[in-house]
Amino acid sequence: MSNILATRPAIKAASGTGPRGRRSPSDKFAPYLFVSPFLILFAVFGVWPILHSLILAFYHTNGPKSQVFAGFDNFKFLFADPDFHTAVWNTLVFAFWSVVLQIPFALGLAILLNQRWLRGRTFLRLAFFSPNLLGQVFVGVLFSVLLAPQYGLVNKGLHALIGLPLDTKWLANPALVMPALILTSLWLYVGFNMIYFLAALQAVDKELYEAAMIDGAGPWRQFLAVTLPSIRPVAVFVLVTTTIGSFQLFELPYIMLNNSAGPDNAGLTVVMYLYNNGFVTGNLGYASAVGWTLAIGVLLISLAQMRMTGAWKAEAK
Amino acid sequence: MNTERSVQTGRTALTITMFLLAAIVLTPLVWLVAATLKSSDDMFHYTFFPPVSHLTLSEYHDLFTKSPFARYLANSVFVTSVTVMVQLFFSSLAGFALAKYEFKGKNIIVAIMLATLLLPGQLTMAPLYDLLYHMKMVDSYAGLIVPGAVSVFGIFLFRQSIQQVPDELLQAARIDGCSEFQIYWDIVMPVSRPMIGAFCLISFMGAWNSFLWPQIILHHAELFTLPIGLNQLVSIYQTQYGMLMAGTLLGVLPVVFLFVLLQKEFVAGLTAGAVKG
Repeated sequence: MSNILATRPAIKAASGTGPRGRRSPSDKFAPYLFVSPFLILFAVFGVWPILHSLILAFYHTNGPKSQVFAGFDNFKFLFADPDFHTAVWNTLVFAFWSVVLQIPFALGLAILLNQRWLRGRTFLRLAFFSPNLLGQVFVGVLFSVLLAPQYGLVNKGLHALIGLPLDTKWLANPALVMPALILTSLWLYVGFNMIYFLAALQAVDKELYEAAMIDGAGPWRQFLAVTLPSIRPVAVFVLVTTTIGSFQLFELPYIMLNNSAGPDNAGLTVVMYLYNNGFVTGNLGYASAVGWTLAIGVLLISLAQMRMTGAWKAEAK
Repeated sequence: MNTERSVQTGRTALTITMFLLAAIVLTPLVWLVAATLKSSDDMFHYTFFPPVSHLTLSEYHDLFTKSPFARYLANSVFVTSVTVMVQLFFSSLAGFALAKYEFKGKNIIVAIMLATLLLPGQLTMAPLYDLLYHMKMVDSYAGLIVPGAVSVFGIFLFRQSIQQVPDELLQAARIDGCSEFQIYWDIVMPVSRPMIGAFCLISFMGAWNSFLWPQIILHHAELFTLPIGLNQLVSIYQTQYGMLMAGTLLGVLPVVFLFVLLQKEFVAGLTAGAVKG
């Protein structure tokens, strides 16, 4: 900077343009120049595919080469397909349990980790967060071994603790596939949401607690009257992102169930259904129809969540 | 007195519970590390680490000599580093423009970006594949890197952090004769260091762990990145758990390393958008 100062000050000063400095014509183009690489790529690979998928959803395709107009056929077939019903049901079950387990768990951990009296907080935070460094694929490979019957660590541990049979087949028994997926993803993601809650808790105005204590509020009352309202925006954010993330579940079951949907399609998710139909069999039009169904479902549910949580706020006031 | 003692007991109990929970969370990771140091015979014989005389690196040796793991690793390093650099440049540049300039169409751009953030990425996979097929980018790294070269999330991150840079600083530079690009490169980027750290880690994790899109776009095994390569190995060497665990650990280590380096920035970057919300 000092270099520039030394070499070029006179030129600008001579143009005499007041304190804010009039911009030269090239400066006016600068912002356009700066956003243009992004805009071009975003238009071609972001916006265009969204628009194109609206069209593609109404075509029968066999790979990118052959495309025939199909009207609403894709959607009709989709809604009639029992596999799709299974995929939607599994995804909803997974999303429900993810939200119900992860959010209270993450909030509880965050509240405790925010207490000054707790020893080893830095270590504990790192410990709870550490699984997030693993991608779903690596977690999938790891847990398919941990959940193995007879030898797997999970069965060994549960056998020693509560006497669960050693041959519990987590990934081969349709009834146990979903619990296995839900618990694996709880292990994986609870620390991520915990970080959000921790940041929110640290931003809560301390004076509010003092005021509440003077009013004689106990810990529970303080939690309801001060903590919850203060962290509400972050709680809504965590709720919506956890739900959206759950709806996109693919890698974890796909890898854990050995590139399949598992016994009786117990691990089939909407995105896995999309992948299998669109890219294994090459029906890109059908995949677009599934994609739009997923997108609209996700949008409706996240809007509903935001509305509901907004309504709670109105009630609180 | 009595209540104080019960508070103390409660705190001790909660502390112990927290450490127990942490132990449960860490157990799979400790087991993973231990598994990579055992021979295949010992794999399920010892719960965690075997006696020192039984420790071996043979599984790593097998992984590199009996499988194309080194190839997958190199591919991933290449694809990920290019992706991170390109994303960093485009996102920070666009974020700067959106944070510090008033120009026509700005609000429309931001609105469209926000709208696409709400749509799941899987929506565009089929049309994107179709587009890349016609651009002859299927089964190439271009097809992997180019569509992912811009990150809307990254632009929002940079926009948010660059808004905090005082306008006076930029004005002073302008008066000193800095070009607009110099302002970005010499002033905004250096002061954005923490956000650059956060972004690099987030972007690295995204590219490194990416599975679905590489699985769709890459057909030839020589091009495979680590996640799809490892998944390939799982189906070939289903019973060679030691090898697979070694591959899993090696796939995780680069992220751990970066995280240790950038930990503080990472948390600040993650929560920059959410807490104010």
